[in-house]
Amino acid sequence: MTDVTEQNYPPGKHPSLPPPRNMTGWHVWIWKNFFGSITNTVLTFLSIFLIWQIVPGALDFLVFDSVVNAGSRAECREIADGACWAVIVERFEQSIFAFYPEEERWRVILAFILLFPTVGILLFDGFPARAKLMKFTIAYPFIAGWLIVGGWGLEPVSTDKFGGVMLTLIIGVTGITLSLPIGILLALGRISKLPAMRIVCVAFIEFIRGVPLITLLFVASTMLNYFLPPGVQFDLLLRVLIMVTLFASAYMAEVIRGGLQAIPKGQYEAADAMGLKYWQSMRLIILPQALKISIPGIVNTFIGLYKDTTLVIIIGLLDVLGIMKTALADPKWNGLPEEVYIYTAIFFFVSCFAMSRYSLYLEKKLHTGHKR
Amino acid sequence: MKLKTILVAGAALAATATVAHADTLADVKARGELNCIVTTGLVGFAYTDENGQWRGFDADFCRATAAAIFGDGSKVKFVPTTGKTRFTALNAGEGDILYRNTTETMSRDVDLKLSFLGINYYDGQGFMVKKDLGVTSAKELNGASVCIQTGTTTELNLADYFRANDMSYEPVPIETNDEARANYLSGRCDVYTTDASGLAATRASLDDPKNHIVLPEIISKEPLGPAVRQGDEAWGDLTRWVLRAVIAAEEYGVTQENVAELSAGPTGKPDVDRLLGTEGNFGEMIGLGNDWAANAIKAVGNYGEIFDRNIGPNTELGIERGLNAQWYDGGLMYAAPIR
Repeated sequence: MTDVTEQNYPPGKHPSLPPPRNMTGWHVWIWKNFFGSITNTVLTFLSIFLIWQIVPGALDFLVFDSVVNAGSRAECREIADGACWAVIVERFEQSIFAFYPEEERWRVILAFILLFPTVGILLFDGFPARAKLMKFTIAYPFIAGWLIVGGWGLEPVSTDKFGGVMLTLIIGVTGITLSLPIGILLALGRISKLPAMRIVCVAFIEFIRGVPLITLLFVASTMLNYFLPPGVQFDLLLRVLIMVTLFASAYMAEVIRGGLQAIPKGQYEAADAMGLKYWQSMRLIILPQALKISIPGIVNTFIGLYKDTTLVIIIGLLDVLGIMKTALADPKWNGLPEEVYIYTAIFFFVSCFAMSRYSLYLEKKLHTGHKR
Repeated sequence: MKLKTILVAGAALAATATVAHADTLADVKARGELNCIVTTGLVGFAYTDENGQWRGFDADFCRATAAAIFGDGSKVKFVPTTGKTRFTALNAGEGDILYRNTTETMSRDVDLKLSFLGINYYDGQGFMVKKDLGVTSAKELNGASVCIQTGTTTELNLADYFRANDMSYEPVPIETNDEARANYLSGRCDVYTTDASGLAATRASLDDPKNHIVLPEIISKEPLGPAVRQGDEAWGDLTRWVLRAVIAAEEYGVTQENVAELSAGPTGKPDVDRLLGTEGNFGEMIGLGNDWAANAIKAVGNYGEIFDRNIGPNTELGIERGLNAQWYDGGLMYAAPIR
């Protein structure tokens, strides 16, 4: 009884009591989440069964029985039965630089390293001295182009030496950065009040969207040569970059148009009532809202474009997948498609996952007013 | 109608483009390198090694041609193409010559305005089965499931062969060689059919090649050879005779090893002397130096050496000479005389 008197708290000040026993702790959590109902129990056992079936075999193949040091597939097989990562080890540099001359590769690496501050300045508004450094961001494409292609004091490297990861990145980054502004302009053109502008934009978007990317790449690689006057040699990579950019822009335009249409009419009218001119109202009122809504769609298009770059193998450009397939045709390594596909898959997953994470960060940062 | 006009105009433009560039040799010399169209990767025929160099049977013929022109087999730019883009790449001038395990057919020669130069590899469609199936002849394949690449001539050949022998089969359509290999190994198809050289490559890539056999029947003719654009006869002559010189070198016993010695002065063997330019002026006839063939052989060796190095019995592919042996060994390699 003495206990009770000592714990005589004023009303509302009583500390929370611990939950009753058997209602908390890890075993309860597991019980609730895995065996809470009949369905959960069945699913749990099914999952355990599947994991038990797949994971040990996969681990054996990928890790425990895998071979890292060997000179050929035959040597790999003599050592162990698992994955023969030796092919990736031997061809790692080639998968990144392809035929780019070895003594000039520092230029590609430098351009790649410079990409990070550029992207950082552009994407994160907490970046120190951001406004001043924007100039660097604008200059970056030219600096990178100069570093990679050469000229003006650097040894020129012909674009047919490009390939591997660097080619994937060049096509992907160019397509992504150029398609957004072009897409915005196309979307604005499509909802414009000027009929000529509207018709041109609609025709362009519908034409490009109505044609598969492969067809456009074929046009870039073969037809353009027929249409251009004889003797005019137009770099194949440049043609591909243009086609990929146009393709992505058309999709981007439709994503952004979706965002523009979600803005209530009152916003447009309010902007007009403030006396803002067309570009002012777009820049200050409409686009910030429209782009914010479109972020998931925009990033979706980016990721799709990035993965579509593997299609360039069809016109004979060897991207990261293409160059590794060429390596597989080496009799030494013939017959290891699994290793190569896993390697390429990891590369693409890492890049695409990073893009998708950034999009989430951006959505969280901008979630004013629309968060559900 | 309109589209047709545009296409006709385009083709006409392309034709004028080729006419305007009729002197391919001058273009190649001015450029300083030969643009040679190869595949994006085919075991033994064209692939990249660990240093990023193109290797393989077809790649070596590219080098031989470059060496005949420049005296240096490294002056080649390889233009990788897929089966779909190879001919347009050649016709559009992205390559000067095509060595891309390409079957010579009438429609390609005539309709596509190509000029085939000869045959550097006689291939043909064959069948591979697992040994424990107990099949020893393609005639016993009635009712088998067959892995077949769609949209190729192999598909049509297969249908013809089974119909002619009054047998039935179940096609398992696949797109790539890797896919075929996986399906064949998992037992989704009993038989894999493609060109014999491809079968050899696939068989070599299996963990237990001894448990798989390639059946003796070859059901189609696939003569693989180089091609150039139509309309430049001089360039066609040059490239054709480089191919023949390499084949003839084997017949005359000229090898990469002894070519320097043999070409130092007249050897007294007229065939060898004419080939190596110590007699006559055959190189000048095709616009090159008289040591053209000697340079080509110095760079890559004779036909037999190219074959043995890339796809022959001692390589992973282990292909026998068969039809590709010299004529005096019962094969079809028969170079017209250089005189």
